[in-house]
Amino acid sequence: MFDINLALQIAAPEALLAIGSMILLMLGAYGGEKLGRVVSLLAVALLIGAAGVAANAPLGMVFNGAFVSDPMSVYAKVAIYLASALAVVLGDGWTRRNGIARFEYPVLIVLAAVGMGMMASAGDLMSLYVGVELQSLALYVLAAFHRDDGRASEAGLKYFVLGALSSGLLLYGSSLIYGFTGSMRFDEIAAVAAGGAETGLIFGLVFLICGLAFKVSAAPFHMWTPDVYEGAPTPVVAFFATAPKFAAMVLFARALSEGFGGAHDQWAQVLVIISLISFAVGAFGGLAQRDIPRLLAYSSIANIGYALLAITAGTQAGLQALLLFMTFYMVDTLGFFALLMALSRGGRPIRRIADLAGLRKDKPVTTIAITVLSLSVLGMPPFAGFWGKFYVFGAALQAGYWIVAALGLVASVVAAFYYLRIIKVMWFDAPPEGEGAVDPSPRDAQWIGWAAAAFSFPLVLIALTWLEPLARNAATSFGAG
Amino acid sequence: MIQAIAFYLLATVSVVSALLVVTAKNPVHSVLWLITTFFSAAGLFVMLGAEFLAMLLVVVYVGAVAVLFLFVVMMLDVDFVQLREGYAKYFPLAAIVGLILLAEMIVVAVAAAQGGAARGAELIPATDVSNVEAIGRVLYTEYVYIFQAAGLVLLVAMIGAIVLTLRYKPNIKRQDIGRQVNRRQSDAYANVQAESGKGVTLEDLK
Repeated sequence: MFDINLALQIAAPEALLAIGSMILLMLGAYGGEKLGRVVSLLAVALLIGAAGVAANAPLGMVFNGAFVSDPMSVYAKVAIYLASALAVVLGDGWTRRNGIARFEYPVLIVLAAVGMGMMASAGDLMSLYVGVELQSLALYVLAAFHRDDGRASEAGLKYFVLGALSSGLLLYGSSLIYGFTGSMRFDEIAAVAAGGAETGLIFGLVFLICGLAFKVSAAPFHMWTPDVYEGAPTPVVAFFATAPKFAAMVLFARALSEGFGGAHDQWAQVLVIISLISFAVGAFGGLAQRDIPRLLAYSSIANIGYALLAITAGTQAGLQALLLFMTFYMVDTLGFFALLMALSRGGRPIRRIADLAGLRKDKPVTTIAITVLSLSVLGMPPFAGFWGKFYVFGAALQAGYWIVAALGLVASVVAAFYYLRIIKVMWFDAPPEGEGAVDPSPRDAQWIGWAAAAFSFPLVLIALTWLEPLARNAATSFGAG
Repeated sequence: MIQAIAFYLLATVSVVSALLVVTAKNPVHSVLWLITTFFSAAGLFVMLGAEFLAMLLVVVYVGAVAVLFLFVVMMLDVDFVQLREGYAKYFPLAAIVGLILLAEMIVVAVAAAQGGAARGAELIPATDVSNVEAIGRVLYTEYVYIFQAAGLVLLVAMIGAIVLTLRYKPNIKRQDIGRQVNRRQSDAYANVQAESGKGVTLEDLK
């Protein structure tokens, strides 16, 4: 038995969000759409409050090892909850402008945030699976949120079917691991797998990795990503390109390093292959894209490759690199999608790269912001994205994966082409003939995008002095809850 | 002896009917085979001494889930011929993938038979508590976290179903029981003095 009070203190952020989401649900259900705005505001306050609670909650392992709270999970949770709060803000404005505002949107994001917190804190296979399901189920609904739009429904259905398949893989892998180790807990699995895993265990591990790779959209499990990014409502895409990826990567790192630390050689080769394919698909697949959300989908596939490379290193430097890389990637992506939502021409949202032509004349600040974010994602120093990749490559070189790191650099150079194309179209191409100027931007999306760009450069240089020790601390005391 | 016979019978039936689930031409037959699979799996549970799980399997899966499947399959307008169209085209690829998976499973099964699955775990000592009691003791204590989280998953599923399907139609005619009950005789009809032989026009009724 365990002390339930202590357990609730340690799991306070999740408990707060879970109870808060139910209160919001009641408020929305009885107050009707009049209270929609209030529910959104309260959801933002709730998520920011949960981030504060997460930062101050005691650390430890409770619920028989199912819930682990260590500096790594705290770091991840603060980032995830803040990104979710931004997604609520972006989504509230967007759904209102498109006439599909419903109070369930913030409630579902809060519930997804509970699932992501569970993923970041998962200490055994059961909480891993339940956390992943809670998060994905909320995301399936959000993807199809614009239900009268054919493409959104298609995106939701595709995401659901492939997500269900990946959950099946995850469960099958978990059942094999349980069968061969006799335990669900990562620390007890680690004791069995200490001297390298046997055949059956590896089989289960590979299934587990495949299931998780589906969730983070790493190639070759990426088929759903471009279609879903294209079809789902833009704020929802901004959400699930960021926070759930972070949660899943932390979960990935925890399951592999903590549960299978002794079998590093065996899983590292699987991850190397996955990240190499992700580099290739992300870099070359993106070249042919004309649609900006699809382009960002391929960009996210390539970026997940870098994050997996950081896990592959299997060292503390690797974990630190993972946290920093994912933080910067999250800021860049959120900013990119926010600016994309802020742009429309003649009432129609801008979605194709060609539509960005001549943006310089209509919206100089936004053009500068998109330029900064593009340069950051492609990893140009001294922008934020560069520092993320810098730490990842540093960790990979230290662990001896220099060939993979070199190929990653090559992929980065190839991917640079499509970001540079965006910059070229915005700055140097003439605006399309016969079409009006770009519409005035909604303030919420525009300011979030500008803020993200300001973070990418120059604020990142200040933030780095503060984030770097935090991430290092999280990596060194990883799993020591 | 009788146990072995029962085990092999149930195991064979469940494997064969599981195969038939995926090979049956008619989806309705598939669901019926699925029910057979569930029943034989329930029998296997009973043999393991897990009567409660066996009952749950029958009540929940056969009673609710499979019957729901049956309803859905019968209500959907599925063209079975069209559904089978790509079968021959995809069969070779599917067969290769299936064979690879089968080979891998055999490798794992052999590994399990040799190394022994779960050899790291000590067996749970047999106690005199019943199934229900044993589950009840841990469900709200050791596994309360997972249990509550699973509850949240169901909540999300419920919200999702409502978000994606419920539509408020403003112009629809709904039954308002309060108004029905409160309706008085004087609202419903009025006596009109109609002259004999002249009939009544619509104007008189206003």
